[in-house]
Amino acid sequence: MQGFEIRVRGQVQGVGFRPFIWRLAQERGLSGHVLNDPEGVLIRVAGALDGLAEAISDEAPPLARVDAVEVSEFVFDTAPEGFAIVASQGAGAETRVTPDAATCPDCLAEIRGDGRRRHYAFTNCTHCGPRFTILHALPYDRAQTTMAPFEMCPACRAEYENPADRRFHAQPIACPECGPRVWLEVDGEERPAEEVGAVLQGAGIVAVKGLGGFHLACDATNAEAVALLRERKRRPAKPFALMGEIETIRRYAQVSEAEVELLRDPAAPIVLLQKAGEALPEAVAPGQDSLGWMLPYTPLHHLLLREWGKGPLVMTSGNLSGEPQVIGNGEAREKLAGFVDAFLMHDRDIARRLDDSVVRADPPMVLRRARGQVPGTLPLPEGFEGAPQVVGYCGQMKAAICLIKNGQALLGHHLGELDEALTWEAFEQADADYAALFDHRPEVVAVDLHPDFRASRHGAERAARDGLRLVEVQHHHAHLAACMAENGWPLEGGKVAGIVLDGLGLGPDGTVWGGELLLGDYHGFARRGWLEPAPLIGGDRAQAEPWRNALVRLDAAGLEGLADSLFPEAPRDLARQAAAKGINAPLSSSAGRLFDAVAACLGICPMRQSYEGEAAMRLEALASRALAHGELAEAGAYAFSDAGDLLKTAPFFQALAADLEAGVAPETIALRFHAALAQGFARRARSLIESGDAKAVALTGGVYQNALLHRLTCAALGDLPVLSHRTLPANDGSLALGQAVIAAAQSERD
Amino acid sequence: MALRDERVTLAHGGGGKAMRDLIEEVFTSVFAPPGMEDQARLQAEALAEPGARLAFTTDSYVVTPIEFPGGDIGKIAVCGTVNDLAVGGATPLWLSAAFIIEEGTEIALLRRIVATMAREAEAAGVKIVTGDTKVVGRGACDGVFVTTAGVGVIPGGVEMAAGRVAPGDVAIVNGVLGDHGATILAARGDLALSSAIESDCAALGHLMVDVLTVAPGAKAARDLTRGGLASALNEIAEAAGCGIEIEEDALPLRTEVVGMCEILGLDPLYLANEGRLVVFVPEAEAEAALAAMRARPEGSGAVIVGRAVGGHKQVRMTTAFGGQRIVDMLVGEQLPRIC
Ligand SMILES: [Fe+3]
Ligand SMILES: [Mg+2]
Ligand SMILES: [Zn+2]
Ligand SMILES: [Zn+2]
Repeated sequence: MQGFEIRVRGQVQGVGFRPFIWRLAQERGLSGHVLNDPEGVLIRVAGALDGLAEAISDEAPPLARVDAVEVSEFVFDTAPEGFAIVASQGAGAETRVTPDAATCPDCLAEIRGDGRRRHYAFTNCTHCGPRFTILHALPYDRAQTTMAPFEMCPACRAEYENPADRRFHAQPIACPECGPRVWLEVDGEERPAEEVGAVLQGAGIVAVKGLGGFHLACDATNAEAVALLRERKRRPAKPFALMGEIETIRRYAQVSEAEVELLRDPAAPIVLLQKAGEALPEAVAPGQDSLGWMLPYTPLHHLLLREWGKGPLVMTSGNLSGEPQVIGNGEAREKLAGFVDAFLMHDRDIARRLDDSVVRADPPMVLRRARGQVPGTLPLPEGFEGAPQVVGYCGQMKAAICLIKNGQALLGHHLGELDEALTWEAFEQADADYAALFDHRPEVVAVDLHPDFRASRHGAERAARDGLRLVEVQHHHAHLAACMAENGWPLEGGKVAGIVLDGLGLGPDGTVWGGELLLGDYHGFARRGWLEPAPLIGGDRAQAEPWRNALVRLDAAGLEGLADSLFPEAPRDLARQAAAKGINAPLSSSAGRLFDAVAACLGICPMRQSYEGEAAMRLEALASRALAHGELAEAGAYAFSDAGDLLKTAPFFQALAADLEAGVAPETIALRFHAALAQGFARRARSLIESGDAKAVALTGGVYQNALLHRLTCAALGDLPVLSHRTLPANDGSLALGQAVIAAAQSERD
Repeated sequence: MALRDERVTLAHGGGGKAMRDLIEEVFTSVFAPPGMEDQARLQAEALAEPGARLAFTTDSYVVTPIEFPGGDIGKIAVCGTVNDLAVGGATPLWLSAAFIIEEGTEIALLRRIVATMAREAEAAGVKIVTGDTKVVGRGACDGVFVTTAGVGVIPGGVEMAAGRVAPGDVAIVNGVLGDHGATILAARGDLALSSAIESDCAALGHLMVDVLTVAPGAKAARDLTRGGLASALNEIAEAAGCGIEIEEDALPLRTEVVGMCEILGLDPLYLANEGRLVVFVPEAEAEAALAAMRARPEGSGAVIVGRAVGGHKQVRMTTAFGGQRIVDMLVGEQLPRIC
């Protein structure tokens, strides 16, 4: 019998796609079948299509991503009767797992309604719920998840087996009858969960077991509670994330349409929003003009915010200082007991730690790629179709692994800093996990040039052990390539001028780079401009203590006296001797450290940053205030003087010193600095384009998380084509992608 | 006195009288090797004990500056080789000493180095029984380089090897860490430190004998030289195929060294030592070993710093905040890593 075959590609498995097709077929009275196979979903129908192909794209379930719908003719041996969902076919079918997704409106209505899932904290369906965080192994079946110990009750099983139900094959399906339960634990004693409200309202701190780990929660409007949390966590200043319902968020922040959309994304990330309206205690995010907000994303959070407590809540990761988030109940009791007054616990295990993702709308950027955004693939640019399988092992900080296969890249989740033992274990788990998910067998291993990064060592050992090719990639070349790949820049698309402003990475010359203009492509690069190097006194110490960077810059500008008066407490003599004798004072062109230097001159945490990026973030906030007052036009910018490839910093600091002397507002000085950096690099990038050497400008490196700097650079570049990060982090979170594509490009040529 | 020169010239390496005068006056008159043949002829009774084995090691010593607070190159050359023997469970007996001397080196400096060596050898209970000198032109070496080789005897029943360390064994260090590395850095950089730090350079042969007497089950020891405690523990963990966990709060550190490390951004775990070792003993013998160490001046600061563990194969440090950090071996110098 004549008919049609429809092949659907994309993220179409484990998202309720087959029941969706079943429903479309029922509506149209079509007969035939649908199945999952290694390529995606395959549909065969007898007779006419009746608009089925169009409906597939138009009405796809919320968590699906349809990349292609291909229709061809098909002949049935025997005419099908009715429409069937048939078992998966072929090896590799059902091997995909989608990211965890926030509670859908239908499930939320059930929680708030009167049905059997009223107030049930583990309500989910094929359109929402846990996925990657509960998965032990593939294929993605209930037995392979942390739902395995919970045997479905007859009512849940009926839903699970009914193709017309939105819980058809929803692996974590549960109800109060058969699923996990939630309780409050106070001093080792079990209490009803709703009592959590009283603890929060009494300025208490509660450890809340979420999707990818524990949070520490407290009433965000209660200054006393927030201060107590800071004290207990020994975290003096790093901003806390907040959770609230959308109406609550609007009371404290300015929320644009684009931002509402980000908040409501199934990934439910933390979205950075400008403070506006009512004020929360300053201690929530000292020195910041924006706050990180997220919506409740599990039924438990919804209950916590609306039924039991009252929003908004601080929701900061539950961990010991420096460690990653706690995920086990026993681990939480052991490690968090000193921080909290109660535990909001449940008995569904977390298989894999996933931090909250962090995003920003303007300019759009993913700052941390984690829960809800992984695992997912992204297509590689044209020219990489035949690339070998590559694994990129990232840097030392903000580690995330990247795999390349079949023209696709899988960039893993944010892991953190790899010297931390638990983070290292998570790295090893991710290494094995993603390889299994992607059925990955690399031929090439790509690592950073820095020999003492744990990931570099791991990659080199693996390459030696398995006989794989090892490619060492310069840190900032990897940043550039990551930005190009994210923007779909073709393999042979020509060279790009990369403004790579970063913390630091080892250069091939043995010095430490970080404020670079690179002219390059996937195959190679040349250094065409860089910040005048200065000694990093004390190596990594220079990152923690901004005054060190100010001291070397001021001294080099002949402003020793100013340095002495700005940092009277600092051990300047020893620091200067170390710099002069080259004792642990490697030369560096780091842009991040230049931010620290300027911040220190303005009195922003000069002696010590309490978290990475504090000085730079506070400097940005300061400069943004000046810009908000419309000051850029009058403010002007400082200038770096050019000396060959060097952007010399001495004249810049002399101008800054003159402003300080003249009593110019710190806001204005901060803005002038931002403008100087943006304009200094933009001008050189422009000339690379005008000379025909480069076809576009890429903005990358951790410093480009700075929205103001991004805007000022774009303004200075005018109408030149600009590549910037939007869906992947500008920082080391996407480094592995850059490493992997560079290694792939090298292998292509050989 | 036949030797009138103030400085070493190439003639002192020429093989003639000038050379013989230098050797006799500066070296052999002080070391007094047995016999005048160009070899040491030694009694082998110690070896005749049943089960005893001969231990033999060599090392070259290069340090700038040659003299520093708490010692000089000669002291390091004796102590270093004695310690190499000692941590292997050997009782050190005899040393050789070979010198490469740059033209222009002050003879008085040589005399001071040799005097130190003789004193340290005597204190350590070893004899310097043979040696050699060479003079090289200016710039061909930096002042004086010293090579010592050492011979000792490992008594029957003693079997010290990193591979024997097993989960549960306790790691003991004999005193504060990094004094030598900090001293050399300060001396090299002419750093104006508010308080003086001295090198920890010391011979540890007697200390090891005492430890082995009360803790015969001791598994392995390492002297903490270049690369510091971090590198020694990594070597042991790798050889033993188990993990090692140390406590940040338990690390013996002098306030001055901590302060200097903070300013210079150095990690004391990686600083060099010349009179420190780590020894792994079974838990049951830990207290006795600790007491034996503390009874000696070079072990008065002995503490338990951690233990071997199962579950992972890394060296990890439990921080003051309660988290655990992996302590790796470094490829080269400490390079900044924070991006
Ligand atoms: Fe970076
Ligand atoms: Mg040796
Ligand atoms: Zn749902
Ligand atoms: Zn049920």
